Amino acid sequence: MPELIAKSALAGFAPLTRLDTTLAKGQTLRLTSVAPWPGRMAQVNDALGALGLSFPAPNTQSVAGSARLVWTGRDQAFLVGAEAPEGLAAHAALTDQSDGWAVLTLSGPAAADALMRPVPLDLRLAAFPPGRTARAPLNHMQAILTRTGTQAFEVMVFRSMARTAWQELAEALEVLAARAKAG
Amino acid sequence: MRLEGKGLVDRSRPVGFTFDGRSYMGFAGDTLASALLANGVRLVGRSFKYHRPRGVLTAGSEEPNALVEVLEGNQQTPNVRATVQELFDGLAARSQNRFPSLSFDLLGVNDLAAPFLSAGFYYKTFMWPRPFWERLYEPLIRRAAGLGRLSGRHDEAQYEKAWAFCDLLVVGSGSAGLMAALTAAQAGADVILAEEDARMGGRLLSDTGRIDGQPALDWAEAVLAELRGMPNVRLMTRTTVTGAYDDGTYGALERVGLHRAPAPHLPRECFWRIVAGQTVLAAGALERPLAFPDNDRPGIMLASAVRSYLHRYGVVPGSRVALVANNDAARATARDLMAAGVKVVGILDTRPDAGAVEDCPVYLNARITGTAGRLGLSSIRFRHAGGEATLEVDLLAVSGGWNPTVHLTCHMNGRPVWRDDIAAFVPAAGAVPRLTPAGACNGAFSTAACLREGHQAALAALAALGKAAPDMALPVADDTPYAITPFWETEGVEGRQWLDFANDVTTKDVKLSAQENFRSVEHMKRYTTQGMAPDQGKNSNVGALAVLADVTGRAIPETGTTTFRPPFVPTSIAAMGAGGRGAGFAPQRFMTSDQASRDRGAPMIEAGLWYRPSYFPKPGEKTWLDSCNREVRMVREAVGVADVSTLGKIDIQGKDAARFLDLVYTNTFSTLPVGRVRYGLMLREDGLVLDDGTTARLGDQHYLMTTTTAAAGLVMRHLDFVHQAFCAEWDVRFISVTETWAQFAVAGPKARELLGSLLGHVPDLPFMGVTDVSLGSVTGRLFRISFSGEEGYEIAVPTRHGEALFRDLVARAETMGGGPYGMEALNVLRIEKGFITHAEIHGRTNAFDIGMEKMVSAKKDCIGKAAAARPGMVGPERDQLVGLKALQPMTAGAHLFIPGDRVHRETDQGYVTSVCWSPTVEAHLALAFLKDGRARHGERIRVVDHLRKVDVVAEVTDPVFHDKEGAKLRA
Repeated sequence: MPELIAKSALAGFAPLTRLDTTLAKGQTLRLTSVAPWPGRMAQVNDALGALGLSFPAPNTQSVAGSARLVWTGRDQAFLVGAEAPEGLAAHAALTDQSDGWAVLTLSGPAAADALMRPVPLDLRLAAFPPGRTARAPLNHMQAILTRTGTQAFEVMVFRSMARTAWQELAEALEVLAARAKAG
Repeated sequence: MRLEGKGLVDRSRPVGFTFDGRSYMGFAGDTLASALLANGVRLVGRSFKYHRPRGVLTAGSEEPNALVEVLEGNQQTPNVRATVQELFDGLAARSQNRFPSLSFDLLGVNDLAAPFLSAGFYYKTFMWPRPFWERLYEPLIRRAAGLGRLSGRHDEAQYEKAWAFCDLLVVGSGSAGLMAALTAAQAGADVILAEEDARMGGRLLSDTGRIDGQPALDWAEAVLAELRGMPNVRLMTRTTVTGAYDDGTYGALERVGLHRAPAPHLPRECFWRIVAGQTVLAAGALERPLAFPDNDRPGIMLASAVRSYLHRYGVVPGSRVALVANNDAARATARDLMAAGVKVVGILDTRPDAGAVEDCPVYLNARITGTAGRLGLSSIRFRHAGGEATLEVDLLAVSGGWNPTVHLTCHMNGRPVWRDDIAAFVPAAGAVPRLTPAGACNGAFSTAACLREGHQAALAALAALGKAAPDMALPVADDTPYAITPFWETEGVEGRQWLDFANDVTTKDVKLSAQENFRSVEHMKRYTTQGMAPDQGKNSNVGALAVLADVTGRAIPETGTTTFRPPFVPTSIAAMGAGGRGAGFAPQRFMTSDQASRDRGAPMIEAGLWYRPSYFPKPGEKTWLDSCNREVRMVREAVGVADVSTLGKIDIQGKDAARFLDLVYTNTFSTLPVGRVRYGLMLREDGLVLDDGTTARLGDQHYLMTTTTAAAGLVMRHLDFVHQAFCAEWDVRFISVTETWAQFAVAGPKARELLGSLLGHVPDLPFMGVTDVSLGSVTGRLFRISFSGEEGYEIAVPTRHGEALFRDLVARAETMGGGPYGMEALNVLRIEKGFITHAEIHGRTNAFDIGMEKMVSAKKDCIGKAAAARPGMVGPERDQLVGLKALQPMTAGAHLFIPGDRVHRETDQGYVTSVCWSPTVEAHLALAFLKDGRARHGERIRVVDHLRKVDVVAEVTDPVFHDKEGAKLRA
């Protein structure tokens, strides 16, 4: 049979820039949930060592090259941008999550201010430095929010909610721009 | 009247506006109130109950009288305080609560009827006959009373909600607030300085003192310039902190676009949630009026407001001015007016022992006995130490002392403390954790004391934050003590003395309340409505409770205050619910087939947050039922395709996965072979049904659970709870994969043929089997399950391929005489087959009720099993699931009665949960719960729905109408 066309959740959404801050689609990478079995953390870390990663503490991520392991909950992290290393499946439940999440990026000087409209977290640089991640509400959606740079964030939401997430963040940027223009 | 060379308005920027249709000019920096006063407009509103002419009383957000409607496009915003509304070009405002015009108001007759309209009048008079209150009296009274009106249209304007975080929140930017902010900022703390006014400075903008030898305003500007230059300081003007909440969280309302013409995306208001490590409350104080006869005429104004209009706006709202006060501080207003060349005809001091030396006549022991002037003050009559006198005046400045703004300190149940020396309430110590009051709101009324307290409060906050105190000197300022002798009411005079201007409450009303035994301050408030207007009693609470204390023979502290509750100022619901209107109410979840369904004209309906196609209309079909009937026949006779991706999917793995499923499901899954699917029933702890669905065994230690769309989140939460609470040590892990897979039902006698054409081979899959399938390079999953009663499959692919697969499946189905089907047909198909949904498992039914008690395994325990065996959970007294068949339509929600019985709750036999017209059976069908229903198949039952005027007789049947033996499923 012919190949089924693959389509991203935000197909057709062009980047939006306001106040030098850009909302854009993020790269949809290989995404695998890693949930270590009870008492198996040492073996999990051994297996992750092949990628240069270790299982992250809550609200943090482990990064090695293009591969990341992002904490996403109790006994759970998402492996981003890499295949699960050999031997990991013996010590942790692995589930493909690649298609379940939409990724949005927000970068620029107004990024934190824009996010602090729908997200009730303290995103000041000192409180939420680069590399920090959190399961956070984005208005009524649950999101995985990661600070990827001093002025850059990555927002992951359930794929079906991608459009609403885009609208919420686009609206926050538009409002900030309108405020700046009004002076 | 505007004075040359006075005020902080920008005279180079004139601004045009209208009030009641007339055009006026003001300046940038004016409020609507100051601009109206500058234009000689004294009458700005009518009072709530008696429609008395009223003018501007204050210069701040506590204004009770000058409430107007602001017009904008087809919207009107009622009860806008003219003292808060900033002027902008094109501002259109209108007075309210008057007919036909402000100067001639027909309902002014209420004032003549005042002897009859005292407090409690309505309650006593309109009590009989009882039903008349709701239908006649109340609507009439409401129309006559009340303030502004809404447009009646949706408010489609933009609003905003936002969060902010800081080490120190400073509320108020007067001398105490500025000093606190500067101290903390210099120590490196993250500071938010929130100021209600458009301009920082608080009373320093209105008074004339000196700080460190320079005019106080210059000092304030220098401090603000320094704060503006610091990256750790955020200055928020036009932002009123409205409430104190748990854990250092404050609500605040920012007026973002209300002082300018509307612009795209510019919010009118923003509702802030500010989370602060420490807070300094420097909210200042509010001046009190005095009670004397007819003290509510336009032209009678608080002394502090007169001073504000003079210094801030360069406006003097009169040409012959008198001052009446019970304290020394108010004299500054008279002196400032005289210095500005305004005629002050006298100072009336209620104290017998006050100083008498001023540049104008001073009358000691003065008592105002009356005022005159129908639409504006023209004269006052008074007694004094030397006799009686009348003065021609058009402006009377009034001061009854000051009330510290303690409101925020009372938002967490703190009660303020009375201080006799200043005759006012001050905040109780530690009333709000991590909040320190400073300055006038703490009862410190001199500038020097405000600066000192602001500084000290910041130092205390810095210590609590673990930051070192900065090295800075305290500025030098005036430290004159505040001298006051309380004066609450003018005794021995005729005429009404107003306390609450906004709600038309007089001293007599308060006394009447006590006389009728509403002696508690909370009862008095409700009996008289004092303090229940938009100003929430800011101008009248202390005065009213002082009168109450006097008449009940108690002291003021003993009488106490009513409860201060958030918000501090009127806060629009639109701001608090910003973004929540229309589609913004909840996230929208879209399936991959969404566009394909819309392209076919399918109306989408909401299923939880999801949007699902209702039906797929074809040319010539006039109603949804035409389409639905065709789609049902299509599935029964050929093949139909439906997107079922919204069902919850949970991936469950681990050595103990089977054991875990045995615990949460009533039936057994440890015995399910790999490659097979089983229907499962899940109970809540209380034994009632939580959810149902199918679970597939993908591997020895790997299951895939399916939940209903409605309960997907609920089941996930339940599993998390069970895992964490009862078996955290088990080798089991699970995660939602609902969004990871797009899944489509393919159902009908030609389903197998369709899948054969897609996959290149006819799948050899037994009923309730599951297998991996290849679609090109994509690996999918094929389940043989059916929710329609026909031979049915569900095919799942990674979500990114969902849209392509749906379009492909539909094209194949159409080629074979089938097509897509929507929620309506899906519902008919399942009712015909007697399958339940959450219409049946609605939270009050158990396994016995739905005829599935045999699914509760006797061989093992499960969540809810014990509770399901309680007395009364099983037996003939239970409402049991049955089918109903009738010739006329029935309705879900209708109740069941034995034909011939009186239709009454006591004879109720049960209720209907789902209904449809069945094109297959060619009858109206329903699923219902009927008392002892399974024993009553074949009986006739009456179906009554009073709400929708349904009254039909139906036949009670087995709930399965179609293919009872399941031969088609297993074909």
